[in-house]
Amino acid sequence: MPAVTQIVRLNVNGDLREIGVPMHFTLLETLRYELGLTGSKQGCDKGDCGACTVILDGRPTLSCITPVCEAEGHSVITVEGLADADGPHPLQDAFDLHGAAQCGFCTPGILCSAIALLEQTTSPSRREVKEALAGNLCRCTGYSKIYDAVMSAAQRLQVEAHLDRSHR
Amino acid sequence: MAEATGLMSQYAEEAMYVAGGTDLIPNMKHRLFEPTHLIALKSVSELSGIREENGYLRIGAAETLAEVARHPGVQKLFPALSDAAGHVAGPQLRNAGTIGGNLCLDTRCTYYNQTSFWRGALGYCLKKDGTVCHVTSVGKKCVAAHSADTPPVLMTLGATITLAGPQRKRRVPIEDFFIADGICNTRRTPVEIVTEIRIPLSAANRRQAYAKLRQRKSIDFPLLTVAVSADIEGDGTVQSINGVVTALGARPRALSGWDDLAVGSTLDADMIDELAERAHEQCHPLENLIVDADWRRAMVPVYVRRVLEKLLIA
Ligand SMILES: Cc1cc2nc3c(=O)[nH]c(=O)nc-3n(C[C@H](O)[C@H](O)[C@H](O)COP(=O)(O)OP(=O)(O)OC[C@H]3O[C@@H](n4cnc5c(N)ncnc54)[C@H](O)[C@@H]3O)c2cc1C
Ligand code: SF4
Ligand code: FES
Ligand code: FES
Repeated sequence: MPAVTQIVRLNVNGDLREIGVPMHFTLLETLRYELGLTGSKQGCDKGDCGACTVILDGRPTLSCITPVCEAEGHSVITVEGLADADGPHPLQDAFDLHGAAQCGFCTPGILCSAIALLEQTTSPSRREVKEALAGNLCRCTGYSKIYDAVMSAAQRLQVEAHLDRSHR
Repeated sequence: MAEATGLMSQYAEEAMYVAGGTDLIPNMKHRLFEPTHLIALKSVSELSGIREENGYLRIGAAETLAEVARHPGVQKLFPALSDAAGHVAGPQLRNAGTIGGNLCLDTRCTYYNQTSFWRGALGYCLKKDGTVCHVTSVGKKCVAAHSADTPPVLMTLGATITLAGPQRKRRVPIEDFFIADGICNTRRTPVEIVTEIRIPLSAANRRQAYAKLRQRKSIDFPLLTVAVSADIEGDGTVQSINGVVTALGARPRALSGWDDLAVGSTLDADMIDELAERAHEQCHPLENLIVDADWRRAMVPVYVRRVLEKLLIA
């Protein structure tokens, strides 16, 4: 059967994007091959590894098994949308400081899962961090440095919130 | 609802329902299903909501496993269900996967959950595109494993499933929902939608527990799941007890003979051993999953013991 192209409207990293995509595309294929957002990785492409994790309406979601139509009308945040104009997200800094990325293939997905957690709480226990990252496989780091980075970013966010408050 | 069942009637064999897609989409990538149309259920309002009504806890079929696991009502009334839902796959899959999809999960087998190329190299199998079963080698019956975590718990709690078609709605006790056919292991007709699960509130007084064996605790499907529930009096006398195991054959298995052993007695260490032994006698997994069947069988009494010990302190 020939691929049927359709127009979809996506909200990606706060931008509204209107694109023609083959109807059978996943969200991951659309991000990577239509929008040029190649940060989200195509690892297993079948829901096992977490490399394609994006944040859909605040929840870590596997974009490789999400049909693109299912993302219409929802907010999609990818690794490209985590930092702002002022610089990297504190978690990205912490990954650098703690050596939490080696080959880096799992990193975009892990950042998305971890930031979704940090949006919920800036005082997670190490166990909560582990649970939040249970669906993201990393073949390099052995995870310890990743957990260290998330814990220290959480602390950083707490300090920043505190300083913000005392400034006002 | 009417639109969804209407579309299904219209497209018939060419269409399938999709909820979270966490089972169906990977299966489609393996060419195990080749629908030309998908009918999305997640936004059908009748399928959402968790609430108490008329003596039941009613869970909409499109509620995600993450929502079921963290819902305060589920945690309070049916902690074993929250536990089971919270141990399906990993966090991202629980955010998308639904409890309705969990009930309708396709059966799994080493020779089936593979790419089209892989399956083709072996000449396919009965369940899809072929004529032989590689597990039983002579058999004309598919014995792929029921691999969902929530149904065993729902069975020990006496839950009922509501199915809706274009014309009528029907309620099926969950133990009648599953059949021992690995090719299609439920009594749902293709046009029917699972709309809700109802669990009698009276079951909330029962002690409940659940345990799961899998290769990687973080993400994997079960190799064995055990659920139990029991009424135990203040002095420790067992009034009733039931257990269900799954991930062995094509449907969850209700363990038999437990009443005779345990009712009227106390659940002490000897009784736990006897119940575990009774479970062991009944379970004969085949080589349908990647892990050695003898070992999985040996794990049955181990996990039954664990789950009964959990029950003691539940
Ligand atoms: C890596 C990985 C690990 C997994 N581990 C586990 C595990 O440990 N335990 C486990 O139980 N599952 C596991 N799963 C499978 C799956 O994520 C869950 O079972 C989930 O609950 C399926 O729900 P869904 O909404 O995504 O179903 P879908 O994929 O949307 O649907 C599955 C099937 O059910 C049908 N269907 C769905 N909803 C309805 C409805 N309301 N009415 C009628 N038909 C319907 C669909 O047509 C399809 O045939 C795993 C999946 C992956 C990819
Ligand atoms: S049990 Fe046999 S028929 Fe069924 S999926 Fe496995 S190999 Fe195929
Ligand atoms: S690429 Fe999506 S889970 Fe592996
Ligand atoms: S850094 Fe290589 S997989 Fe995680």
